[in-house]
Amino acid sequence: MVEKGTLRVKTGLAEMLKGGVIMDVTTPEQARIAEEAGAVAVMALERVPADIRAAGGVARMADPSVIEAIMEAVTIPVMAKVRIGHFVEAQILEALGVDYIDESEVLTPADEKHHIDKWQFTVPFVCGAINLGEALRRIGEGAAMIRTKGEAGTGNVVEAVRHMRTINEEIRRLTVTPKEELMSVAKEMGAPYDLVCWVAENGRLPVVNFSAGGIATPADAALMMQLGADGVFVGSGIFKSEDPAARARAIVLATTHYNDSKILAEVSRGLGKAMTGKEISEIGRENLIQFRGW
Amino acid sequence: MKKPTLGVLALQGAVREHLQMVERCGARGIPVKYPPELHLCQGLIIPGGESTTMGRLMTTYGFLEEIRSLVAEGMPIYGTCAGMIMMARRLVEGDQPLLGVMDITVRRNAYGRQVDSFETDLVVREIEEAEKPFRAVFIRAPWIESVGPGVKVLAEFDGRAVLAVQGHMLVSAFHPELTGDDRIHRYFLRLVEERVAG
Repeated sequence: MVEKGTLRVKTGLAEMLKGGVIMDVTTPEQARIAEEAGAVAVMALERVPADIRAAGGVARMADPSVIEAIMEAVTIPVMAKVRIGHFVEAQILEALGVDYIDESEVLTPADEKHHIDKWQFTVPFVCGAINLGEALRRIGEGAAMIRTKGEAGTGNVVEAVRHMRTINEEIRRLTVTPKEELMSVAKEMGAPYDLVCWVAENGRLPVVNFSAGGIATPADAALMMQLGADGVFVGSGIFKSEDPAARARAIVLATTHYNDSKILAEVSRGLGKAMTGKEISEIGRENLIQFRGW
Repeated sequence: MKKPTLGVLALQGAVREHLQMVERCGARGIPVKYPPELHLCQGLIIPGGESTTMGRLMTTYGFLEEIRSLVAEGMPIYGTCAGMIMMARRLVEGDQPLLGVMDITVRRNAYGRQVDSFETDLVVREIEEAEKPFRAVFIRAPWIESVGPGVKVLAEFDGRAVLAVQGHMLVSAFHPELTGDDRIHRYFLRLVEERVAG
């Protein structure tokens, strides 16, 4: 019997992306540059997060014609974003045949209380998280891949580091928590008990965990990998820089050889200007998008 | 007999799952990040991942020539999914760096996009307990379009070859490393042991 959309098929694609870089692109030409540079997948968008931030207003799913043009341009997987809780946008992306849906805080949330019931879909979902409880809630809803949120569109890696360290510390703590305490931990975290037990026993998330939000240099990518990310998403960092093709390629090499400081030094050379970053305190807490979703 | 060492090419993709499988089969598994490490291995696995990414990284770091010459000397090699694409001599479409060591023609993304990815039971010949079905996970998978005279097909799905062997070279379109079933890894380990025994 042939079965599609099983959890193993969904999480399996994320396993295949490990050690790779997923790049935000807005045109078929950018998608080809990303593929040529060695991206494992692209995220098809109308605007990169830095431009979404600058433009303000309501950010929505991209026009299907933008996504389809990018799907036709490359052979690697194509992901696309929907608003948190907007299951109809997700139905549309599934109908288009995108390979992964990102239920993303970068777009304006459509539901203040509920995320999408991702079990209803054949296409797999990736969701953002700033801590272990949030990651496990999303997995409980059917997410097949997690990415730490960071702070998208800032070119500042500090929030990505905070979120990765937080999740890893919470996982480490769980592995030494006595079994009888796990129920109250699950209650405090607001996470499904069976998933809390799974993490306590296995010492990792049950799905792949990438890092996202603020990665702008090869060193940033390698930093996140050394902190335990399975791979990285780079949003504005590539196509908001001076030489996107060279930077994309350098970030791919740095993600593969994240532990090799000689290679990191080599690939960091002569990449031109990185995107202009933003200090988090200048943005103001009420404007941080990492707190969208719950 | 000393445990054989199997390398898993660790540039990108599902490396950990293969290493776990190798250890489960009683061999030693090491991740291979640099070409000189290939010489520590009695066999090599090219894992699933993105073949375009892997091909570029292999070109950049000089893996293509090194692996080709070791395989020509008889080192057993097993490629899953993207690894199978890398090992193919020809692709139906597209132009990307390949190892090109095995006499097969492969079609990338042959079953469609991720929403068409699937799992199914396969009949696999020549593995242990071959009468028991093998649960096979196909993810944006390629298939084998045609094979040369020296290639033996060990499993088909829907009339297409999805597992094949040519001497010391093995390829699968699906991912045995994602299931608990280690019979195909054991089959590969036998190829390695035969080679070690000379």
